[in-house]
Amino acid sequence: MAEGMSLALPRQATTTAWWSPRRRERLLQLAFLVPAGLYLVAFFGYPLAQNIVMGFQEYTTATFYTGEAPWVGLANYVDVATSAVFGTAVLNTALFTIGSIAGQFGIGLAVALFFRHRFPLSGVLRSLLLLPWLIPLIVSGAVWRWILDQDNGVLNTVLGSLLGGLHPGWLTSTSVALVAVVLVNIWVGIPFNTTILYGGLQDIPQELYEAAALDGATGWRAFRHVTWPLLRPVVTVVLVLGVVYTLKVLDIILGLTGGGPANATQTLATQSYHLSFQEFDFGRGAAMGNILIAISFVFALLYLRVARRADAS
Amino acid sequence: MRRGWSNTAIGIALLAVMLFPVYWMVNVSLQPSGSAVATPWFPVNLSFEGYVTALTQQGSHLLTSLVVAAGTVVFSVAVAAPAAFALAHFKVRGANVVLFAVLISQMVPGIVIANALYSAYTELGLLNSVGGLILADSTHGIPFAILVMRAFMSTVPAEVVEAARVDGAGQIRTFVSVVLPMSRNALITAALFTFLFTWSDFLFALTLTTTEDVRPVTLGLFTYIGTYVNDWSAVMATAVLASIPAFVLLLVAQRFVAAGVTSGAVK
Repeated sequence: MAEGMSLALPRQATTTAWWSPRRRERLLQLAFLVPAGLYLVAFFGYPLAQNIVMGFQEYTTATFYTGEAPWVGLANYVDVATSAVFGTAVLNTALFTIGSIAGQFGIGLAVALFFRHRFPLSGVLRSLLLLPWLIPLIVSGAVWRWILDQDNGVLNTVLGSLLGGLHPGWLTSTSVALVAVVLVNIWVGIPFNTTILYGGLQDIPQELYEAAALDGATGWRAFRHVTWPLLRPVVTVVLVLGVVYTLKVLDIILGLTGGGPANATQTLATQSYHLSFQEFDFGRGAAMGNILIAISFVFALLYLRVARRADAS
Repeated sequence: MRRGWSNTAIGIALLAVMLFPVYWMVNVSLQPSGSAVATPWFPVNLSFEGYVTALTQQGSHLLTSLVVAAGTVVFSVAVAAPAAFALAHFKVRGANVVLFAVLISQMVPGIVIANALYSAYTELGLLNSVGGLILADSTHGIPFAILVMRAFMSTVPAEVVEAARVDGAGQIRTFVSVVLPMSRNALITAALFTFLFTWSDFLFALTLTTTEDVRPVTLGLFTYIGTYVNDWSAVMATAVLASIPAFVLLLVAQRFVAAGVTSGAVK
């Protein structure tokens, strides 16, 4: 109430002495937010703004010596969008994201439903399942790189003994590299999807299933008429967050293939890295990054709408 | 009950498939070095050569990771905790803006941040510095820590906070000696995950360091596999060492993990 009053009377507040208790109190309250506010401005606001500016500039290594970054208008965007890699990168980003999400979500949901059954050791098994998500992505990349090695990897050893002669170059053949990268990313994402969906399933009251069972709905029909409708809000959040986070995946791809072979696993994110930090053309890297942000932003808006609706309920 | 144990069997089989890569990492790390040929299924000729090589070549990188991660935890929690309290309990103008910024910040691709920070760091002399990495890595920590702690601190009853004020405690006293102790679990969750995120960071290590002076182990591992690998046991030993925080978190801090994942923990 008191706060509402001081908000409503700004004129009076400015005429009172700067050390008046109420004013001092409000300044102190604001001070709790200031460090975080400053940090967010410097490490998210500034980079976002700076990238927009850099996207219109010829910003290269020379800039660091001369301090000059000539204004080039839309040239970076035109160059980036008309380059031979761009189409591949867009397609790969779409396939990588859709493939990863479909796999992570489908398997994650199946595993979460499985863990709904109470059985001995289920808690321990469920928490151990988190391990792939907790270890650093670059570690997973290194491990999978050796598992998928064409000549000495354990996967091809097993495949070779089961179906003699089958010997794909998982990370070296242009036709399967993207599939391999998607499979590894699915493996990384299953624990997260399982955990969130399991949490959502736990929130569905048991009585609803009992009531449904009385009406003859069990198994698939119970899933369709009870589980799915009630899980919908959680599903939406998982899917939208999944898309936003998958779009920007970099570690796994750089660790496994570096975007190769012959750009077969190049995405918008890896391409932005490549332009900025391998070709040292920060202007084009920024342009590519901004295109990525624009795509994420659409999904971010969707996420905020979903989050707000979830908050309201 | 029989149904129960058959589910346990399925669960173990599932886990065996999911954790096979982790087993394989440990298995390869314990093989004698120099074998670029197919790895045996078990480390029959148990050897710690891989670990010796890893520790001699990557030991300092592990130490760098530890220093950077610990520094990021301290910095992130120190910045995030007061903000989380303010967002949970004060009705200040600007609170909504900060909360909105926190949510949006989680969508910003790391490469975009790195792209802008690289030039800023060049001018400020923060490239190849522990401080520079701590500041950049806090982009993983601060938004997450704010969300986790805010969610918890809003469950601290307003009456408790007011009672402290009535007893004459100032705003800061109330926060430090009433709210923070009550929020211990949220603080620990935020700190543990910030540590893990920072320890796992690869992008900022890759883009904001250019020399070997300050090199976290994730980048050390990447440069290992970036060239032709002829000693996988050393690579996998490094991978195992780099996974220690994840193992520790799972074994020791189990009860904080689920809390962290469900309260918006997303890499």
